[in-house]
Amino acid sequence: MSIFGFFSRQASAPTARERLQVLLAHERTTTGHSDLVAQLREEILAVIAKHVQIDRDKVNVKMDRGKKVSTLEVDIEIPLEADARAA
Amino acid sequence: MAKVVVVTSGKGGVGKTTSTAALGAALAQKGEKTVVVDFDVGLRNLDLVMGAERRVVYDLVNVIQGDAKLPQALIRDKRLETLHLLPASQTRDKDNLTAEGVEKVIAELRKSFDWIICDSPAGIERGATLAMRHADIAVVVTNPEVSSVRDSDRIIGLLDAKTEKAERGDRVEKHLLLTRYDAGRAERGDMLKVDDVLEILSIPLLGIIPESMDVLRASNLGSPVTLADDRSAPALAYFDAARRLSGETVPVTVPGEKRGLFGKIFGRRAA
Repeated sequence: MSIFGFFSRQASAPTARERLQVLLAHERTTTGHSDLVAQLREEILAVIAKHVQIDRDKVNVKMDRGKKVSTLEVDIEIPLEADARAA
Repeated sequence: MAKVVVVTSGKGGVGKTTSTAALGAALAQKGEKTVVVDFDVGLRNLDLVMGAERRVVYDLVNVIQGDAKLPQALIRDKRLETLHLLPASQTRDKDNLTAEGVEKVIAELRKSFDWIICDSPAGIERGATLAMRHADIAVVVTNPEVSSVRDSDRIIGLLDAKTEKAERGDRVEKHLLLTRYDAGRAERGDMLKVDDVLEILSIPLLGIIPESMDVLRASNLGSPVTLADDRSAPALAYFDAARRLSGETVPVTVPGEKRGLFGKIFGRRAA
């Protein structure tokens, strides 16, 4: 690293502090049912599988915890023939 | 009345054993009858840090299983007659620690000591929960680093739920001991500051132990840092922490914050 790079480097501690604050705010409330995502995944899949044939390996559930808003992203791939049959 | 202290952290390698030895010795140096108890069954190290590894005959598990009496297992420190060690077993595993057994040992220790300092194993499993079970006071050892702070938060949650005091509706007194702190790096914005960690964990501060060569030197020699060099920066910080533990009000100073011209020029960079 050049000496110039050293001086212009951003402080990392504020990032650490903010990441911890967001993370711990969630962990403190969710301790006890920490497998929330897994549980949601199973229940959502059960509902969808009632109507459409799905491949359980092609399902993605993602949780993104933000400071103000958290998002739950469910990505389910529906095979073409199953889709055609349902339609 | 005897006080039972657990030195805990969740994360490994943050300085629990070093701090147990140093705080135990610091209290004993004040003339208080102190015993340090190793709860890390299978991976004991407090004996080594205290320089008593060649004097271990019986251990905590022997006492719990009735193979030895408590006084036979206690090792008196060669330098301080007020300091004692109850080692953990190296050969058995932690399943040999029973809740009833630990309770009996702690009750017996309470009769003859002013301070019982329990060195918890890392993690949140049986060994760690048994070490904290009977505590009146918890010293949460934390490094100014994200994974250590997160694990400390978890341990604080356990202290409020899984201790005897918590189950009675009472509270375990919790204190933060910030170890391996580097004031220069914190000033430059490269390390969490004392106030950051205090704000996140929101428990009172027991002390700030600076990152120092003296700590490794002391463990190399098999001596608590407060005995190895009682004028060194970490020793002074541990002495202050021990005084606060006994209820004295000692103003907090951040070790190493006095900066020279060089430090002032470079310290400003963070702002």
